[in-house]
Parts: sequence; C-alpha cells; structure tokens
Amino acid sequence: MTAAVDHKPTVRQTDAKPVLDVDGMSVEIRTINGTVRAVNDVSFTARRGETLALLGESGCGKSMTATALVGLLEPVADVVEGSATLGGVDLFQVGRAKRREMAGTELAIVFQDALTALNPLYTVGTQLAEPFRIHHNLSAKEAKRKAVDLMTRVGIPQPESRLNSYPHQFSGGMRQRLLIAMAVALNPSVLIADEPTTALDVTVQAQIMALLRDLRSEYDMAVVLITHDLALVAEEADRVAVMYAGNIIETGPVSEVFANPKHPYTKGLLNSVPVNARRGDDLKSIGGSPPDLQAIPEGCVYQARCPLAREVCTTTRPPLDTVQTGRKAACHFPEEVSNV
Amino acid sequence: MSSGIDLVPVKPTTAIVGEPGKKRAASKWFQMLLNDRVAAVAAAILGFVFLTAIFGPMLVGDLATKIDLDNSNQAPFTLAHGWANFLGTDPLGRSMLARLIVACQTTLSVAIPAVVISAIVGSAIGMWAGFYRGWRETVAMRVADVIMSFPSLLLAVVVLYVFSPSAANIVLVLAITRIPVYLRTARAESAELQSRLFVDAARTFGASASSIIFRHVLPIVLPTLLTVATLDFCYVMLAESSLSFLGIGIQPPDVSWGLMVSQGRTYLHTAWWLSFFPGLAIVITTVSATILAAWARIATDPAQRWRLTVPQKRLSRFAKTTKRI
Amino acid sequence: MSESENLLEVRDLRKTFRVAGAGKKRLCALDGITLDLKRGETLGLVGESGCGKSTLARTLLMLERPDEGTVSFDGIDPYSLRGKELLNFRRRVQMVFQDPYASLNSRMTAADIIAEPWRSHKNMYKTRKDREMRVRGLLDLVGLGAKAADKYPQEFSGGQRQRIGIARALALDPDVIICDEPVSALDLSVQAQVLNLLNELQQELGIAYIFISHDLSVVRHVADRVSVMYLGRIIENGPTEAVFDRPNHPYTAALMSAAPKLDSAQRKDRILLKGEVPSPIDPPSGCRFRTRCWKATEICATTAPPSAADPKIAGHAAECHHPLLAEGSMLATA
Repeated sequence: MTAAVDHKPTVRQTDAKPVLDVDGMSVEIRTINGTVRAVNDVSFTARRGETLALLGESGCGKSMTATALVGLLEPVADVVEGSATLGGVDLFQVGRAKRREMAGTELAIVFQDALTALNPLYTVGTQLAEPFRIHHNLSAKEAKRKAVDLMTRVGIPQPESRLNSYPHQFSGGMRQRLLIAMAVALNPSVLIADEPTTALDVTVQAQIMALLRDLRSEYDMAVVLITHDLALVAEEADRVAVMYAGNIIETGPVSEVFANPKHPYTKGLLNSVPVNARRGDDLKSIGGSPPDLQAIPEGCVYQARCPLAREVCTTTRPPLDTVQTGRKAACHFPEEVSNV
Repeated sequence: MSSGIDLVPVKPTTAIVGEPGKKRAASKWFQMLLNDRVAAVAAAILGFVFLTAIFGPMLVGDLATKIDLDNSNQAPFTLAHGWANFLGTDPLGRSMLARLIVACQTTLSVAIPAVVISAIVGSAIGMWAGFYRGWRETVAMRVADVIMSFPSLLLAVVVLYVFSPSAANIVLVLAITRIPVYLRTARAESAELQSRLFVDAARTFGASASSIIFRHVLPIVLPTLLTVATLDFCYVMLAESSLSFLGIGIQPPDVSWGLMVSQGRTYLHTAWWLSFFPGLAIVITTVSATILAAWARIATDPAQRWRLTVPQKRLSRFAKTTKRI
Repeated sequence: MSESENLLEVRDLRKTFRVAGAGKKRLCALDGITLDLKRGETLGLVGESGCGKSTLARTLLMLERPDEGTVSFDGIDPYSLRGKELLNFRRRVQMVFQDPYASLNSRMTAADIIAEPWRSHKNMYKTRKDREMRVRGLLDLVGLGAKAADKYPQEFSGGQRQRIGIARALALDPDVIICDEPVSALDLSVQAQVLNLLNELQQELGIAYIFISHDLSVVRHVADRVSVMYLGRIIENGPTEAVFDRPNHPYTAALMSAAPKLDSAQRKDRILLKGEVPSPIDPPSGCRFRTRCWKATEICATTAPPSAADPKIAGHAAECHHPLLAEGSMLATA
C-alpha cells in the first residue's frame, strides 16, 4: 500500500489581475510617550489566484497591516495616510456601512488562534450560518444547509451531526478549518491569513495549507499570508514582501528573493534558519535586537544590525527601489548582499 | 551574542514601553491616576477624608462635645452663629461640623481595622488552600460557605446584643463576616497560579510551599486583594453605619456617622441637617472608594493598563480609524 | 567522565491522569517510555501535541510521579529519595521553559530570578557577595551584561528573557537540562542566537540536553540522537540523520514530509495522513498509529508492534510491523 500523497503544483508566476492595491499606508499608535509609527509607507498588491506573503518577525508591523485593512485596529491606533483599493473602493475612505457590506464578501481574514476567534457560546452551525444570514438574508434552514456544504468543503467529517457541536469540542486543526470556512463562505476576493498555522502541529499545518491552496484556486481569491516562517513562505507563497520595523524592505517572487536576496536583513534571516548547517556549527545569527519603534534612527531602519552599514546609511533612508524586473529592495548596496 | 540591553516594546500596542525600574514606578502610577479624571477626584476626596480622620479631632478640640443649649438646632449655611456652626448644630448645641470630623475618625477606625484583619486572615487561608488543593481547599471553602450563609448583619446584631457593643467587638464581628470574600478570591488566584510556569520552575529547584506562596503567589495576588479591600471598605463602613443606626453599634458619647444619622431621625422634618450631612459623608466616601477601586482594577492589570495611558477620548473601537489626510 | 556511560536511563515509564467526565477511563499520557541519555549528548524529542512529551519532561523533573517504570540517574533512582537527598538531587536536572514571558515572575529582577534556586540550596553560595558574583558570572555566560541584574523581565526582549531562563537553569550546575521548546516563542533571528548559546554552553560545561521541539529543522541542527513520540510511546529512535533521512516508521516519514522546507532540493511529495490523532483516553488497540497508517494490516490491530532494528544503522529502531526499511526515505509514488 502506498501513502496518499499531495502533489504540490510548482509555484508559478502569474500576471493575474491585481485585486487589492495598498499604497503608502501608515499606521500610528498613540502612547504615553507620544505617537509611534508601527507601519510606515507600506505598499503592495495582491493578485487573484496568487499568494502574497508578508514576512517578518514580531513587531515588524505585519499583523497591524492586516488589522488596519480589515478595520479592526485597536482604539489607540490610527491609519494616518495611504489608501487600500479593493474592487474600486478605498477601504480607508468609506463609511462603516460600506465596510460592513464588504466584510466577508470582498475581504475576509483568518486569525491565528481559532479558539478565541470563535464564540464559545454558540454552536458551530449557528456561527457558520451567520455570514449567510447577514449578507444574503437566507432563512435559518437554508443557511444551515449552506453551513453543511461549507463544512464538507473544508473537510470536516460528518458535518450534519457536528452542526450542533461547540467550538471547544473540535481539535485545533478542525477549528482552524471552521475559521477558514467562515472566511470563504461568501466567496471573498481577498483572504488575509494572519499566522494561520503557527499554533498547529506540522502535519495539521500541511493539511490546512493544502486546503487554502485548493480554495484559492477554486474561488480565484488573492491570499495574503502573514507569517514569520521562511520555509512556509518558500513552499506556499508566490511573492513575498519582507517587513522590518514597520517598513517593507524587499519584495519580489519568492524563489528569486530567497535564492538571491537583495537586502541584508533577508539574507540574515535566511542564514538564521538551520537548514544545511552541520551539527555543532554555530548559526550565522543577526546580532542585536529589533529597534525600539519609538526611537527609529534617521536613515535606514536596519543600520544598527547591518554588516554593510556605512555613513550614507545613517543619513539617508533608502527608498524601496526596483533592483531587477519585478523585484524591489530598500538598500543602498543591494549588490553586496551576497557577500553577507 | 547580543551586546547590551536594548529597551524593546513587548507589543506595539502595549503603551507602557521600557519601564526603567522601580525608581519611576511612583510617577507612573500618578500619571495613570491623572489620566482618569474621575478617579483622580475620587482619590483626592478619599485623601481628604483620611487626613480629616487623622488630624481633624485634634484641630477641633472639644467643639464636638461642648454642650451649648442656647444654640440648639441651628440651621446650616449661615455664619451668624460662628464659623464652627456653619453646618448647623444638633439638639445639644454641638457643632455639626466638629461632630462630623470626630465621627469620621471613629467610623474609619472601625472600618479600616476590620478590613485589614479580614484581609490578612482571609487571604492567608485562601492562598494556603489554593496552593495545596485537595482536602485543605475543600475544608476552607466549606468554612467560607458557612460564614457566608449567615446574614451578616443579623449575625452582627446577635453577637453585639449578647456581648456588649464595644468598638473592638464591632471590629471583630465585621472582620469575621468579611473573611470569605478574601478567602475565595485568594484561593481562586492561588489555584490558578499553580499551573504557571514560574511556579513549576520554583518546584524544580525544590522550593518549599511557604516560599513559593510568599515569593510568587502573594505579590501577584496582592493587587486583586487591594481592589477587593477597597470595595469591602465601603461595605464595612455601611455595615457599621447600619449597626449604629440600629443602636447596637457605636454608643454615645462616642459618635460615628451612622450614629449621627440615627440620632437625627426624629428631627427629619425640623432639623433635616442632622441626618443629611452624615449621610452625605457616607455616600461621598463610599462612592469615592468604589470609583478608586474600579481604577485600581485597571491600573494593576498590565494587559488593561493601556486604557489609562492615553487620554480618555476615542476609546471606542468603533470610531472611524482614519484621520482626514 | 566516561563517554559511553549512560547518564540517564528510563525504562518502561507509565503515567496516567484522571480526567473529569471520562469516568473510569484514565488519560494515558506515557505508555511505556524507554530511553537513554549519555553525558554531554543532546537527545531530541519530537512529536505532535498530545504525544506526551511535556508529561515526560515533567516526570523527569519530578514534578509528576510515574505510575510504573524506573528512572535511573547515574545509577540512582530519584523517586526513592527523600528530604535532603531529594533536594540535592534536584540540582542535577533543570529545565528551560517554552514561554519566556510566563516562565519568569514579572515582579522579580533578573538577579532575583537567577538567584532564586539558591534560596532553597543555601549551602551553595553562602555569602551575599558570593551570590552576586555568581549572578554576574552567569549573566556574562549567557551574553547579558552585568547591568541586566537589576532590571525586570518586562524590560527585556523575548530572546533576552530566554537567556535569563537559561542562566537560572545553570544556577545549580546541573548535569542535564531539559529544554522544552526553548526557541519556539522567539523570532527567527533570536532563535539562532539562543541556539548558538546552548551549543556553546554544552561545549564549555559538558551539559546533556533533552531538547523537545516541534520544529524539525531546529532539532535536526541541535540533536545527536532523536526519539519520535506518538500517543505516549517512543515509536522511533536513532541517530539524527538516520531518523530524518531514512525513517523506518511510517509516522516519522509522514512527519518529515509534512514539515515545510526552505531548501527546495529537500522537498519531496508530501504524505497526507488520514483522520486525526486519536484521543489518549482511548488509544487504538495494537499499534496506536494504525488508524492513520497506510500500511496497516490485521496484525497491527491485534498485536503491539515489536521494536524493529534497522540492520544498516546501529542504534536505530522503530516499533512497527511493516517498517520502511527497504524503501528508505523515497516513498513509492502512485
């Protein structure tokens, strides 16, 4: 007997239509010591049928970008500039009513912790039926039928009997499937997945990512994958935007960026992953720690930890410039990165 | 190897970033208090009440006890009878203002010891029970249940009727009836802390039960207990007032606010100020303490603290999140 | 120090827990664990949630008492010790916890945290000056400056807090440190720093590690030998390269194939297991993996699988009726 095997399609470059266009977005947080810029001048495009990864470590602003897009920023945070155009509508300029209309139908988000994202007091059937009742005004019975269809689609066994179960009665992987089901229920154009598999076991992670891939092609969605896991980005994403201290410092197709990075931070991250290092060898780690967002220096945000830093790096912030077709990097010396 | 210590924020949304140690802790609390205007006012009022309780009687001297039948039952808000009688006088001509001040000391000197005793005893038993779980926890909880199932005021009435109603007895009775509140809170928090990693770590190096309780459980439970104690202070004050009102609390010639309310009962139509001012004093003190307790609840919780670090406006999540560009 | 001598020998360890609502049935967390650890060696312990690796760690630290089985640490059975002997024994096994935010008491300074173990072992550093010097020494050893001594955990980043945790674990000069997912909660760049630190400490001080992690690439980098756990049993065991590249057990093969790999040359078709992990309250009869295994046959349901040694690689064995010996790591494609 042989195992069931998941033949992964090779990652392909597409010139599909862009559906979400974020341009120059910045988010500031009001703190007791003044305002902090958590996200600075971030621009990216998500295309249908394609997965864009926002890659970065904690505090780089990737999660805040996602919450800003879906309108769930904490009260102390504001979007201070920029636009996010989805289906011809700028998300930051429209009123709450329009936002509510678009939630689920155009833009959906899947969070990391399924247990806290689901209401423990309602059955799974009720929660899954909710999008249909709100947006399509279906009756309870019809909505329940749709919920069963959804559960089957995301691979939950015996959906009819599980309609009346509560979230805590499911395993972690199943709960994440439920969250994904709720997110894709109304066939959104863009699905944002914020660390969807970080809390899951590796075999479950493989299943969830396979599910997301299937749904992406079936619904022709754009997927924005937010993660800190390089291997996951390498396997699942088509394009990547690397973030550091609230700025995007490199973008491009994943295979090219990982094979030949044009920013020292990307190179540093790749070196930190214990891939081919031999047992007993030290990993080439990036020295120091991420910067205090309240004290970002003038010039390049990465200067304090960069092995290539020079005087120009302390005075001028490098813009996100094109370094090759389809690739951008915010570095004064992108060609020297291969020496790092 | 990392070089030196960089102050980094834990999360971008955690407002208090890089607290530089104990030296500035006091000003941090002060700042948080000032950010919540209502709580700041409440704290000021309570501070004033405490200062009055401590220093007031000395300043007032014997104005509270000097009987002056010529001035009996004078109305308040005139200076015609001297500034000391600005709030009126009682049937025996004694200054209301002076009596209020002396009563403040009495009331607080019953309420505060009662709270302190019940807090210490209840918390100690609760933490011990929560640490060990098992039969100790069951026994402690049942004892607490028994005490709680007695209507506390009725118990106080019975006890004080049987034994004489001295201040010490009142304190003791009130303390005993309030023990379960602290016991249950401390037990719940202590039991939850048992599953925390740093408690496990302490166990791995062989720390004894009492050292774990003192070093780890107590410092963490303390803020919650202080909040409970502040609320409990209100309850005890009202309980003492009720007992005095019923005649089995503070006995004349001592005076407490509750007693003053009681003594003024028969004059409600003619000399309303006799009950009104002490009643107002009770209300103001309890409301201030309650507000301060609510503030303390947020201030001592690191996860909620951000609410006190930014100005109060626009704390709603549903406000529009973009500024006009 | 004899290199071939086993520092820690665990034989047939069993531990069950009572579960509310499950009636008579108990949750079988450890169902017969057998493993060895040599001095100065790193043993990697991998497995998914619910496999029992945390329970195993807690049992080895004597935070839980096993129901059956023996533990032999340098020839001594720690569960037979009492009082002062037990206290002294605790010095030899310490732990670095997973969550750098929850494992340090946020109301104690770094120096207090590191010195806390000595409060229970007063004979170690008798004067205050000795203790302060040792704290400084430990802070230097883990790469934090002496200035860190008076700061509170909130003032440190995750990686620095983990270093404090490591310093605390070193305070009692242990022989074995159990690392329970020590880098999982850390950023990638910081992970590398902490892993390097653990490596250096091992080379300098000769400490043995039991390294528990779900991140296979990390385990591959740090471990000499690897044991794979599933539902309370160690189902495969052997030198790291052997277990990773030539797994004998179907579960190990599935696990290895499921992990995403940065290097595209290492990627192979991914095995998808059917179903979910069974509940540890009611594990399957015979081989516990049979409900998800594509090689399962009748014998797998009736008899517990024997330990099948890999004929080519010494010390490599898997509990399986149909081990993947002949196929190696290349799975027969459909």
